[in-house]
Amino acid sequence: MHIMEGFLPSPWWELWMAIMIPIEIYGIYRISFVTKNNPKTKPLLALVGAFIFVLSALKLPSVTGSCSHPTGSGLAAVIFGPAIAAVLSMIVLVFQALLLAHGGLTTLGANVVSMGIVGPIVAYGTWTICKKAKVNSSFGVFLAVALGDLLTYVATSVQLALAFPTSAGFIDAFAKFGTVFAVTQIPLAIAEGILAVFLFDFLVKYKGKLLSTIGTINLPSALKRGD
Amino acid sequence: METKHIILLAAVLVLVLLPLVLVPDAEYGGADGAAEDLISETGYEPWFESIWEPPSGEIESLLFVSQAAIGAIIIGYFIGYEKGKRAPREDTD
Repeated sequence: MHIMEGFLPSPWWELWMAIMIPIEIYGIYRISFVTKNNPKTKPLLALVGAFIFVLSALKLPSVTGSCSHPTGSGLAAVIFGPAIAAVLSMIVLVFQALLLAHGGLTTLGANVVSMGIVGPIVAYGTWTICKKAKVNSSFGVFLAVALGDLLTYVATSVQLALAFPTSAGFIDAFAKFGTVFAVTQIPLAIAEGILAVFLFDFLVKYKGKLLSTIGTINLPSALKRGD
Repeated sequence: METKHIILLAAVLVLVLLPLVLVPDAEYGGADGAAEDLISETGYEPWFESIWEPPSGEIESLLFVSQAAIGAIIIGYFIGYEKGKRAPREDTD
């Protein structure tokens, strides 16, 4: 989903950068708040960060005949909220921009907004709704993560269509980029949702009590085992 | 590992492998690259180059694998540590 280095003209790259910065600052504040209040969350933070690292390195084939990769940021959003997911995503995106020439520094703002902000907000929102509706928590996590992944790519398509509208306009350009990104992503989003459920079930089993203390997850007391 | 999880992992495998069976002749290039081509068609020239690029595809895949490996080590360590903490102690040697 990464927009390549130099591929966003002014004023778009500055705009996404400007949206990214305050959210990153808030996310860093959230991380220090959560870890100070509850130092036991640190390994959990490392775990969801590692999930983003693994998934965003896996370029998987899709039915459209091209490859793309999952994002991993939805699970971080479900457990820690979208602001913290934004910080973890930025770490991965900077790593890839500097060492892999994948994405870029000038397009960092746009890439963080799609993968670290839009996707996680969608995931967190979906999770919150599922929780309120008392949907089975495994299914809630699946839906939240899969939608977060998919909407990341929809966001990238919007960003590119805004910067490069065709002569037929924004909608036409959006359809073009959407076909490349979002359609390719559908099976991968489902796969990411399933992998997130796998890890989430493990966390509920072994770290249920700790999850409940973070506040984004309310588990029935029967599930609050472990610390 | 419950039956549910085995089924879930099998589903992921099917999702990843199915495209290779359904569309065997596709190129499987990156979606990023496809978007790059779409943009280049409009005559747009990127205005900034990557500061450093991996010298070859081999080096690039090395770095990608390292990224996945670092993440996998952390996840595996965490899972093993938590499981081990709750394992019965009698068979320690």
